[in-house]
Amino acid sequence: MTVAATPLRILIGKVGLDGHDRGVKLVARALRDAGIEIIYTGLHQSPEQIVATAIQEDVQAIGLSIHSGAHNSLFPRILGLLREQGAGDIVLFGGGIIPDEDVPRLKAAGVQMLFRPATPMHDIVDFVNGLRIER
Amino acid sequence: MNERKARFTSLSGLNIEPCYGPDHLKGWHAEQDLGRPGAFPYTRGCYPGMYRSRVWTMRQFAGFGSADDTNARFKYLLDHGQTGLSVAFDLPTLMGLDADDPLARGEVGHCGVAVSSLADMERLFDGIPLDQVTTSMTINGPAAVLFAMYLAVAEKRGIPFDRLGGTIQNDILKEYIAQKEWLFPPEPHLALIVDTITYCAAHVPKWHPISISGYHIREAGSTAIQELAFTLYNGLTYVEAAVKSGLAVDAFAPQLSFFFNVHNDFFEEIAKFRAARRLWAREMERRYHPQNPRSLQLRCHAQTAGCSLTAQQPLNNVVRTTLQALAAVLGGTQSLHTNSMDETLALPTEEAVKLALRTQQIIAAESETVNTVDPLGGSYFVESLTNRLEEGARELFHKLDGMGGMVSAIERGFPQREILDASQRYQHEIERQQRSIVGVTEHREDESRSIPILKIGPEVEQEQVARLSDLRKSRDPFKMAGSLEELQEMASCHQNLMPPLIEAVKAKATLGEICAALKEVYGTYREPVVL
Repeated sequence: MTVAATPLRILIGKVGLDGHDRGVKLVARALRDAGIEIIYTGLHQSPEQIVATAIQEDVQAIGLSIHSGAHNSLFPRILGLLREQGAGDIVLFGGGIIPDEDVPRLKAAGVQMLFRPATPMHDIVDFVNGLRIER
Repeated sequence: MNERKARFTSLSGLNIEPCYGPDHLKGWHAEQDLGRPGAFPYTRGCYPGMYRSRVWTMRQFAGFGSADDTNARFKYLLDHGQTGLSVAFDLPTLMGLDADDPLARGEVGHCGVAVSSLADMERLFDGIPLDQVTTSMTINGPAAVLFAMYLAVAEKRGIPFDRLGGTIQNDILKEYIAQKEWLFPPEPHLALIVDTITYCAAHVPKWHPISISGYHIREAGSTAIQELAFTLYNGLTYVEAAVKSGLAVDAFAPQLSFFFNVHNDFFEEIAKFRAARRLWAREMERRYHPQNPRSLQLRCHAQTAGCSLTAQQPLNNVVRTTLQALAAVLGGTQSLHTNSMDETLALPTEEAVKLALRTQQIIAAESETVNTVDPLGGSYFVESLTNRLEEGARELFHKLDGMGGMVSAIERGFPQREILDASQRYQHEIERQQRSIVGVTEHREDESRSIPILKIGPEVEQEQVARLSDLRKSRDPFKMAGSLEELQEMASCHQNLMPPLIEAVKAKATLGEICAALKEVYGTYREPVVL
């Protein structure tokens, strides 16, 4: 297999003013333990900062945690910035407090995956590893 | 003996034996370790009569959308028998930003109510008698500013400050540790907190200028022992800062209050409240020798554990919350918030929050658990747990002392890493099915039904931004700018900032403008990233 030759680099971050970082840190640790290279942004990042870091670090995907109810505004803004800056190939996924009824609209806008609360960690690891195969 | 598991542990990882008896309480003396209710070391409760005299204050945390939306929710809750108010502010407000700040886009009114100016605070409390209802405000970084607004509203209505009762959370150490909504670096921030404590001691005697909070530490994934230890150690850090500033301990310690989480482990949680009161009384006595017994009493608010709720089968959350609320009551809390079943999805609807309030009312009115003080006192198991929680917290106290106190421990990332490790252990236990969550790890269902949830529309932000624009056009710009200059000058020469803050909000300076002015003097906080 060519898995070892294509190390995955993923940006894991918190966007907006939301300070709930328990979940995002557990996800970051689980991905790191699975051998995936993680860039963790820390808290209170603006959409512009997230996109700039993602491009600068040359990541394949961005995973964002949003617990603030601002997902309907923040995800589309990040997708727009990625496209504007010619980085539309970077996969965007996320999780947090996101009501089911908002999920279809966000997916249609281009968010590849949204994980519900209490998703088993290996589902997230499997999803990210799947990105390797897609490429 | 055939047992279901190889090892039984509490939620915090304490080993639990098959049965408890006198052997587990060697060295424990009822007189010294239990005492009487309302007497040192307060294990059994702060007051002699506890709920025989008066049941706890039922205080549901509420806030969403505009000041008018939240004002209506407050009146709804008061109409349904709630006995105190508790304000949830939105994220921009918690971070000291105005609703029209670029960083606030998409967040206005979502996690709480948007309050950017004195005018918003007036609308928030319109028609609510501030001298009859006590108000708790969950605000930390900019707590002094929101408190100044509340005082200015009272002044405008002619209510003397000594008739105001309530609480500002104002606990920045746990923000650095867990909740992560901060503004300034630790040193000036502690000084600002001491300003509020000093001001309340002199002018607002019925106000709690700080609510030293374990709730968010627990929500971030800590154990009960870590919650207890970090919270009380933070409390001692504030006391030390106030005493160092020249205040006598009895001048302010009776006004301190605490705030704990109530999680799923029923007996461990009850023991946590008991251990907290005893440990606080003993440490305050040992370190400061207060003359007023109220300086030794740990009075607290409690909230059921938001992190224990599940998005799956949300009705199950009502049952979880009921058990947690009962634990808080058996632990002797002074006030209580019960979470609503829909809070893993959004802020609660009116129906959901009413059911949560009814849960407390049923415990108080129907369960007959409130007729005697500390009903579990003397239980071999509960006393043993109380001892072990106090011992565990003391071990962490010792480590924190060794690091030179909480501020340097936070700078090293110590409490943050301890909590993250505990949260990861818990996650592993769930995934290895060593712990169960009904509806998630077992008894799962395909869910097609959904419950109604509260929606915050984009018009909330648009209207708030428009109100700010009108405010900026309508005020006297020279008076406003002068008030901010005065504030900065007082901050530079370490004067008490409460008087100039009250003047600044009255001159219609906004929350964001005031916080920006203070950041110029104090700088901003940068977190040590712990992963």
